[in-house]
Amino acid sequence: MIIEVLNTLLLSMLVVTALGIARMRSLFPVAMMTGLFSLLSASLFVLLDAVDVALTEAAVGAGIITVLFLGTFALTSAKEKTVLPRRALLGLGVVCVTGAILVYASLDMPHFGASDTPVHNHPMRERFVETSQAEVGIPNMVTAVLASYRGYDTLGEVCVIFTAGLGVVMLLGARKKAAR
Amino acid sequence: MFAVAMFAVLVTMLLLLVRALVGPSVYDRILAINIFGTKTVLFIAVLGFLSGRPEFLDIALVYALINFIGTVAVLKFMEYGDLGWESASDREGDV
Repeated sequence: MIIEVLNTLLLSMLVVTALGIARMRSLFPVAMMTGLFSLLSASLFVLLDAVDVALTEAAVGAGIITVLFLGTFALTSAKEKTVLPRRALLGLGVVCVTGAILVYASLDMPHFGASDTPVHNHPMRERFVETSQAEVGIPNMVTAVLASYRGYDTLGEVCVIFTAGLGVVMLLGARKKAAR
Repeated sequence: MFAVAMFAVLVTMLLLLVRALVGPSVYDRILAINIFGTKTVLFIAVLGFLSGRPEFLDIALVYALINFIGTVAVLKFMEYGDLGWESASDREGDV
C-alpha cells in the first residue's frame, strides 16, 4: 500500500516540476530544476528496484547535465528568446503527438513484474543466472552481463562517446583560440 | 516508524518543491534544490529500511556527492558568470 502512495506522490511531484519548468522564461533556474526533475525520477527508479538505472540517472541528469547546461550558458545566453504564439502552438502540437506515440508504444510493453516476458523465457537466461556467479563473481547479475558478458559492446559504446566528446572539445577549443 | 519517517521526508520534499517553484530569488532555488538532493539521499535510505533491504545505502552516498558537485558548479556560475576557465575572464582561475 505504502509503495503505491509513494509512487503516486513522486509521479505527481514530477508532473508539477515539469509544468513549472515549462512556465519559466529564465534558463538558469530551468537548468537547476531539470536537476531536481532527474533526482525525482532517480527516486522513482529506486522505488521500482532499478538501482543501476537510478544511479546513471542521478549521475548524468543531476550532475553532468547541470554542469553542461551552465557551460552552455557561459558560451551563449541564459535568456530564452520570445517565441511567436503561432510557433508555440506548433510546438505544443508536436509535443502532444510525440507523447501520444510514446504512450501508444508503452501499451505493447509487458506489465510490471509479469513472468511470461522474453527476459524470463530466453534460453540464455538459465545460463546467466546459474553460472555468472562462478564465472564473473559480481553479485549483481545485470552488472555481470553489462560489464563482462557484453564487455566488447560496452567498450564500443565508450569509444563512440569518447570520439563525440573529443569532437566537441576540438570545436570549442578552436573557437577559444580564435577569440584570443 | 519508518513509514512515519518516510512521510516526514515526503512532506519536506513537497515544501522544498514549492520553494523551488515559487522562490523569488535565485538563491532560494539553489538552496531548495540542494536540500532536495539531501532529501533524495534520505528517501533512498529510509526506503531501504522500509522494504527491509538496506544494501542500497552506498547509492545514497553517491547521490550526496553528485549533489555537491552540482551545487558547486551552480555557485561558481553565479560568482564568475562562467565555470571558471581562465580565458573567459581576466580574473585568475580559482583552481
